[in-house]
Formats: sequence, C-alpha cells, structure tokens
Amino acid sequence: MEPVTYNLIGAGLIVIGAGIGLGQIGGKAMEGIARQPEAAGKIQTAMIIVAALLEGLAFGALFLGK
Amino acid sequence: MKIVQQSFKFLALAVLMFFSSSISAFNVGGDGGQVSGKQEVEEYIVHHLKDSHDFNLFSYTDDSGERKHFGVALPVILWSSEGLVTFMSSEFHHDDNGQVVVEKDGLKFTKIHSKIYELEKGAAAVSFDADHHATNASKVLDFSITKSVVGILLIGLLMLFWFSRLAKQYKKKQIPTGFGRILEPLVLYVRDEIARPNIGEKHYRKFTGYLLTVFFFIWILNLAGLTPLGFNVTGQLAVTACLAIFTLIIYTVSGNKDYWMHILWMPGVPIFVKPILALIELVGAFIIKPFSLLVRLFANISAGHIVLMSLIAIMFTLKESLGVVGATSLSFVLSFFLLLIELLVAFLQAYIFTMLSALFIGMAVAEHDHEHDHDNEITSDVEDVRGDFI
Amino acid sequence: METLLNDFSPGLFVVSTILMLALIALMVKFAWKPILASLSEREEGIQGALDAAEKAKREMANLQADNQRLLQEARLERETMLKEARELKSKMIADAEAEAKTQANKMIAQAQEAITSEKKAAMAELKSHVAGLSIEIAEKVVRNELSNKDKQLELVESMLGEATLN
Repeated sequence: MEPVTYNLIGAGLIVIGAGIGLGQIGGKAMEGIARQPEAAGKIQTAMIIVAALLEGLAFGALFLGK
Repeated sequence: MKIVQQSFKFLALAVLMFFSSSISAFNVGGDGGQVSGKQEVEEYIVHHLKDSHDFNLFSYTDDSGERKHFGVALPVILWSSEGLVTFMSSEFHHDDNGQVVVEKDGLKFTKIHSKIYELEKGAAAVSFDADHHATNASKVLDFSITKSVVGILLIGLLMLFWFSRLAKQYKKKQIPTGFGRILEPLVLYVRDEIARPNIGEKHYRKFTGYLLTVFFFIWILNLAGLTPLGFNVTGQLAVTACLAIFTLIIYTVSGNKDYWMHILWMPGVPIFVKPILALIELVGAFIIKPFSLLVRLFANISAGHIVLMSLIAIMFTLKESLGVVGATSLSFVLSFFLLLIELLVAFLQAYIFTMLSALFIGMAVAEHDHEHDHDNEITSDVEDVRGDFI
Repeated sequence: METLLNDFSPGLFVVSTILMLALIALMVKFAWKPILASLSEREEGIQGALDAAEKAKREMANLQADNQRLLQEARLERETMLKEARELKSKMIADAEAEAKTQANKMIAQAQEAITSEKKAAMAELKSHVAGLSIEIAEKVVRNELSNKDKQLELVESMLGEATLN
C-alpha cells in the first residue's frame, strides 16, 4: 500500500476514536441533564470544554499525520 | 410575529450571503480559468485555504478567451538576502506557479503556491524537481500586506469603531442605543460567562480586556470567512499560533507561586514521581495547551472551508451524472445547511478559544485552599502576639 | 506535519503579532476600559438603588410601626387621663360629701350646745324670776297676813312645795 493510504487509515482510526469519545461525552451530558435539569448550564459548559479538549487531541493527531 | 419576520430576514440574508459566496468562492485569485474537474477543484480549495498576496474579488474569462481579474493589488514587503524589497503584487500578474519572475533591486522573485521565493543569483527561471519543489530558489521572509493582514486590519478597525462608539455612548446615557444594544449583551456574556467563572472573582478584571478582544476578533473573522470576501484569517496557522502564544505568555507570566509549585514540584505525591510529573506538566503547559488551542481553531475553520467549498463544488463535479439543475440544487441545499452549521461553529470556536484561555489563566492565578489555611495561621499568630503585648 | 510547517508563514506570524498587540492595546484603552467601567458603574448604581429601595421600605415599615406605637401610647394616655379624671371627680364628690357632713354635724352640735345653754340661761332666769315673784308674793302675803303667824307659815310652806315641783 502507498503511504497515503496508511495516512487515510490512521485518519479513519482517529475519527472513530474521536467519534466514540464525543458520543460518550454527549451521551453522559444528556444523561446528566436529564437527571438534573437545573444543572443544565453547568453541564453544558463542562461538556463543551471536554469536547473541545478531545477535538484538539483529534485534530492534533490528524494534522500530525498530514 | 415579529420574531418570525426577523428570522425570515435572517434566512434571506443567509441565503444571499451563501449565494454570493458560492459565486465568488471559485473565482478568488484563480489562475487557470474555469474550474470543472475534480483535480482542479482540489487545487482550487487548497489555493483558497492559503494566504494570497492580492485581494481578488472575482475573475472571469471574457469572450476573446482572455482572463480578467477584478480586485485590488496589495503591497509585497520582503526581507530578502539583501534587505528590504517592496513592490506591488500586481507585478506577478496573478501567476502562482513560478512562471513570472519579478526583478527588483537586482534580485529575482517568483511566487509558487502563495509563497514568494528568491531565485539564486544567475538563475533566470525556476527549475523544479520531481516533487514540484523549487531547486534553485529559497523562501524569503514575507512581511507583505497579504489578504489575511488586510482582514486583520479591517476587522480590527471595525472593532475599534464599534466598541469605541459603544464606550462613548455610555458617557451620555446608561443604556446604549442602536447597534450598541447588540454589542452590550455580548460583552456582558464574555465577562460574566467566560472570564468571571473561569478566572475567579478576584483576578478576572485584569484579563477581561484580552479575552474580549480575542473573542470578538476570532468570532468576527470566522464570520468574515463565511462571506463572499473569502477571508481565511482564522484558518491561517500563523494567526492562530500568534493568538495561542499570547495566551501562553499571559498565563505563564501571571502564574503565581502555587501554580509553579504544582508544575515543578507537585505536592502530595511520592518523591520519585515528582520529576516525571514535572516533565509532564511542563510539556502540558508549554506545548500541549497552546498547540491544542492553535490547532483546534485552525483545523475547525479550515475544515469548515474545505467542506463548504467541496459541497459548492458538487455543482461542477456532479454536473454530468445529475444534470445541471440536479447538481446545482443538491449543492445549494447541502451547502446552505452546512453554512448554517458553520455560523454556529464560528461562534463556538471563538467561545472555546476564549473559554480555554480563561481556564488556563484561571489555573495559573488560582489560590488553593491550603494557602488560605496558611494565611489564617499567620494572622492568628499575629493576633496572639498582639494579645501578649497589649 | 510537513505540510503544516510548509503552510506556516513566519512573516504573517510577525505581522499578525504586531497587529494583535496594537489591537489589544487600543481596544483595552479606548473600548474595554470605559465600557467595563461604565457597566460596573451601572451595576453598582442598580445595586445601590435596590439597596436604597430596600432601606426605604424598611424605614417605612419602621415609621409605620412607630406611628402605631405612638397611636397606641396616645390611646393609653387618654385612657389613663380619663380614668384619673373620673377618679378625681368621684374623689371630689366624696370629699365634698364628707366635708358637708362634718360641717353639718358640727353645726348641729353647735346648735344643740346653744340650745342647751339657752335653756340653762332661760331656766336660771326663770328661777330668778320665780324667786323674785315668790318674794313679791311673799311680801304681799306677809303684808296682808302678818298678824296671823300660823297662817303665814302655812302659806310659805305650801308655796315652796309648789315651787320645787316646778
């Protein structure tokens, strides 16, 4: 296989990982909001921060491979 | 009813904006005439994502087959091997492949993929190797007023104009009127939702100015990137790196004793773990944090532009299989909704950048509980001594 | 990574750093400082107004309570005054009554005394009058019936007896 294909496979793996992570974050945040609707604002802020950190990691990995 | 009317207006505006951007997007600084094939679309997108040396609004090919460009040439300022060299970007004649060589002060320059190269002495034209790298030319330090610099200047002046007017309004009355009514809640939002909770009541005042500037700078430039002007300022690594390094400098400089102690000599862990933790913390504070900041913003905006332009390109790439009407309407619908998402992303990225900056600064200036205990001890001691004396 | 580094333009980095520094400085000086100052001033103003309103409300309540208290006090005072007046009135009446009674008793006693003394005087006068009369009678009788000694004696005797009976 050509190196470009390896890159694409790596990118796919990163995206799968990031997708699982984001799903976890989002799902747990929803659960939390459903349990405690009055804390929705705080949960949302925390969720966005964690999602942003994950996103930074994923993008970092993607661009390292590019 | 009013809300419905307003949202309709907003939608109309968005459609207009999208439509004009879809027209202009494929004409910015183009060099090869009409774009149709997949390869050309890819090249075009890559070209758009890069900075450009002239502010080209649109180009077209007239009936006689001549390529016409409509836009403004910008000054090129270079720090070459023999000092400062300046000329207008129009001297490149919209060439981007090293075909045109500009001679100035006895030095020869050419532009390849939005980068200006200085030719070696005696070379008349650029020669390329197999990977399309120039063999007889080297990059020069390029301080040109590029399109991104124009964008920064424009948005900076716009921000200065808007917010100094808002500041003047407060002198006359307590409640702003007109556009100030839109700006005020945003300022309050950044102050009360980003700066205050993340940095803390005691220190947030010092950093609010920086956070507000960064927030509005990023947000407005993100939005400007979605307009037909075709700015891609926040999608330039240099710009996001500059912002991230500002944040790095601010939280490094304002870090208190406690912050440094937690980085260099983490309390409460076994002694042999401390050096390892210090290494991790140092890497985290000086490399990972700013790197994640700069890459996140850059990648989000670049990715947004790539996807949006690819969806617009469906018009050309699927013309054969879906027909003109089918391809155009598919492209229109898809890119319209993506544009709406991008509007959200534009805000979200500005929010996240500011939020994380505030968070990092907050970590650096935070006062920990055991510090307070210590303080209390000292004051109680002082009280005891005073009690003995009196 | 290679492409990224290739895309990175150090010139743009320098230019944007300078521009951003200038922008931050200008924005802080001409926009954020005055805006944030007036915003916090306004917030403090609102807080102050709210506090003042709260204070005024409390003062109002205090005032009302004061008024209520004053009213209550006045009512109490009036009542005590009325009570005192009533007491005074009855006391005065009782006093007057008592005084009148003693006065009357005194007058009665005086009158009785006067009566007894008058009676005594009258009795004495009567006695002396009776004695004078009886002496006159006795003179007359004596002049008439001095010759008849026995008859004289008898007469005196009878008259004396009559006198003591009176």
